Amino acid sequence: MNFFTRLGNKLTRTKDKLIGDIDALLSRWKKVDPALFEELEEILISADMGVTVAERLIEKIKKDRITEPLAIKTVIREGMLAILTEHQGTLALPDARPAVVVIVGVNGTGKTTTIGKMSERLRREGKKVIIAAADTFRAAAIDQLNVWGERSGAAVIRHADGADPAAVVFDALSAAKARGADVLIVDTAGRLHTKVNLMEELKKIQRVLERGHPGSPHEVLLVLDATAGQNSLVQARFFNKDIGITGIVLTKLDGTAKGGIIFGIMEELNIPVKMIGVGEGIEDLKDFNPREFVEALFGR
Amino acid sequence: MFESLTSKLDAVLKKFKGRGILTEKDLDEGLREVRLALLEADVNFRVVKSFIEKVKERAMGREVMESLSPGQQVVKVVYEELCSVMGEKGKGIPLVPNPPTVIMLAGLQGSGKTTTAGKLARMFRQDGRKALLVAADIRRPAAVRQLEVLGEGLKVPVFTPGAGKDAVAVCREGVEYGQKYGHDVVILDTAGRLHIDEDLMKELVSIKDKVRPHEILLVVDAMTGQDAVNIATHFNGALDITGVILTKLDGDARGGAVLSIRQVTGKPIRLLGMGEKLDQLEPFFPDRMASRILGMGDVLSLIEKAERTYSLEEVENLKGNLKGNNFTLEDFRTQLKQMKKLGSLVDLIAMIPGGSRMLQKAGGDIPEDGLKHVEAIMNSMTLRERRDHTIIDGSRRRRIAKGSGTRVEEVNRLLKQFLQTRKMVKSLAGGKGKFSMMQKARSLFS
Repeated sequence: MNFFTRLGNKLTRTKDKLIGDIDALLSRWKKVDPALFEELEEILISADMGVTVAERLIEKIKKDRITEPLAIKTVIREGMLAILTEHQGTLALPDARPAVVVIVGVNGTGKTTTIGKMSERLRREGKKVIIAAADTFRAAAIDQLNVWGERSGAAVIRHADGADPAAVVFDALSAAKARGADVLIVDTAGRLHTKVNLMEELKKIQRVLERGHPGSPHEVLLVLDATAGQNSLVQARFFNKDIGITGIVLTKLDGTAKGGIIFGIMEELNIPVKMIGVGEGIEDLKDFNPREFVEALFGR
Repeated sequence: MFESLTSKLDAVLKKFKGRGILTEKDLDEGLREVRLALLEADVNFRVVKSFIEKVKERAMGREVMESLSPGQQVVKVVYEELCSVMGEKGKGIPLVPNPPTVIMLAGLQGSGKTTTAGKLARMFRQDGRKALLVAADIRRPAAVRQLEVLGEGLKVPVFTPGAGKDAVAVCREGVEYGQKYGHDVVILDTAGRLHIDEDLMKELVSIKDKVRPHEILLVVDAMTGQDAVNIATHFNGALDITGVILTKLDGDARGGAVLSIRQVTGKPIRLLGMGEKLDQLEPFFPDRMASRILGMGDVLSLIEKAERTYSLEEVENLKGNLKGNNFTLEDFRTQLKQMKKLGSLVDLIAMIPGGSRMLQKAGGDIPEDGLKHVEAIMNSMTLRERRDHTIIDGSRRRRIAKGSGTRVEEVNRLLKQFLQTRKMVKSLAGGKGKFSMMQKARSLFS
C-alpha cells in the first residue's frame, strides 16, 4: 500500500463526506446557477471550512465563468491546493543542540499524546529526546507524560504537581544541555486562549528558554482538535498574537468528517499546518503535505 | 456581535421600513445574515436550514412594532425561537429514591469527562451526598491516576480497576461497591472514544446493559464544530442518553454545537462546565445560551452575578465616586474585595461581549491569583494614602512594601494597575445603575 492510499484510508470520512457530497451535487445539476452555489456553500461549510473560505472558493468558480457543473470539482480542488501550498511549512528542527519545541493549546486537544508520538518518532530517527513536564496543573498530567516517556525512551524532567512551569522548563533545558540531548519538547498545560494570566505563563516559559538558550524555542506548535469548529481560528489568532506560533498540529482528523478548518487557518492566518494526527498509533502522526492531503481527499 | 447582527439586519431591512409588515422578500434577505451568524457559531448547516424555515414562518406577516426596528424585530423572533429550541432550564441531576443513583459519562477524547466527573462528585458532596467515583477509563495513560488525584482532593473515594479488568467489569464492580457501602451517587468515568469507533461504542452499550445507569450524560466540548450532529446522533443512537453536559464554556466559543445537539437528540442540557476548577459547574439557562450563540455575550449571567454580590448601596456609592471622578485606592480595595466574592476578575470580564478582546489589550496586567498580595499591599497603606494616591512617594513605597512583605516593584505595579483600572472604570461610568454601565460597556466593544 503506498502512502497516498494509506492516508486516503485514514481520511475516508472526510473524503466520503466532502467529496462524495460534491460529486453527488455536481452530477445532479445540468447547468451552473445560483442555487447550485448555495448548496455547494453548504457542503463546504459543513466540513467546518467556515463561511469566508467557502465564499472565496465559490467566488473563484464564478470568476472563472464555469458553465459545466462537473468542471467545478477541478476548480475546488485547485483552489484548496492553492490555499494549502501558499502557506505551507514543515517542522524545522535546527542543528542547535538541543532543538526546542514547545507544545501549546486549549484543554483536551491532544497535546500530551502528540508529544508521546513525536518523541517516539524522533527516537526512531536516532535522536535523543528530553521532555519537560510543564503541565503542572492538570491532575496526573505528569504521570500521563511519564507513561509516554517510558514507551518512547525519553527522559521526562518533572517537578511536583502545582510547581512553577517555568522552573520545570529551566531544569529541563539544563538537563538537555548537560546530557547532550538533540531535542527538548516542552509539554504545557491546556489553557483557553482567553485566560490572560495563563498566556502570561507561556510568555514566561518562552523568556526562560530564550535566556538559557538564545534562539529557542525553535518551534512553537499549537495543537488543534479537528472536531472543533470556528473557534479554532480564534484560538490560533490569540495564541499567535501572544506567543507567536510557528505551526499547527491538527489532531483527531480521522474521527471527523470535517477538518475543513485547516483551510481557514492557513488562508486567514497564514500559519502552516505542520503535522496531522490521523489515528491512535505512533505512525499516525504525519508531516502535513498539502499535495498528498488534497490527493488523498480527491483520489488520484 | 449581537448588536452588529441587529444592525446588519437593519441595513438590509431599512428600505422596507414604514411599510409596517414584514414580507417574505424582506425576510429572505434579512435571514441570510442570520444564517451566516449561526453558521459562524458552528450550528450545523442542516439545523440552520430548518431553523431559518421556522423563523420565517413565525416572522412573516407580523406587524412591525412601533418600538422596534425591523431588524430588531427579526432578531427578537430569532432569539425567541432559539430559546425554545434550547429547551428548559437545566434541572441538574435528580436522584433516584433507591440509592445509589448511577451516572455514566460518555464522550469524545478530550471533551472533559474526567474533570466533569470530579465536578459532579464535588456538587453532590456539597449537597451532603455520599459520592463514589469509578475510574473506568483504562485506556488513556494515567487517566485512573487523574481521577484518583481529583478524588483525594475532594475526599471522595475512587473505585479503581483491578489489574486486567475490562471497563465493563470495573463499572459493574464499582456499582456493587457503591451499593454495599451505602453511596448515594456512583459516577462512572468512561474512556473517551470517537463516535465512529464501533468496537468502543459497543463497549459503552455493554456497560449500559450491565449496570443500568439512571443517567447517561454525553459530555460535549462547547467548541465542537459541524460534527456535533454526528456525535450526538451516534451516542444517542447507541445509548439513548438522558442529557448533555457542555464543557469549556469559559472560553469564547459561541457554542452553536448545542443547538445542533438539541435539535438532533431533544435531550436536555443538564449542566455547564465553566472552568478547570472543580467548583465551576453551573446550571443551564436556555435564554443565556441563545444570547451567546447570537454573539450577545453572557450579559444576563454577568448582571445576575453582579446583583448577587453587590448590595445596592455599594453600587450607589461606587457610582457616586465614579461620577465625581474621584475613584480612589480605597474604592479599588472595596472593589477587589467584591471581586473575590464574584469569582475571578478575568472570568468576569470575559463574559462581557468583546471582553476577551479587552483582556488581550490589557496585556495581562489584570491581577487574579495575585489578589492576596494586592490586598496585603493595600492593607499596609494608611487611609490617607488610599484616599490620595499622589502622596505615595518613594519612602512611603518602601514602607508599604516592607509592611506587606512584598517588594517595591510590586507596589509600583499595583499603583500602575490602579491607574489603569481608574481609567477603565471612568470610561464605563456615568450611566444610571449597573445595567446602563453594561450597555455602555457593550457599546464600547461592539
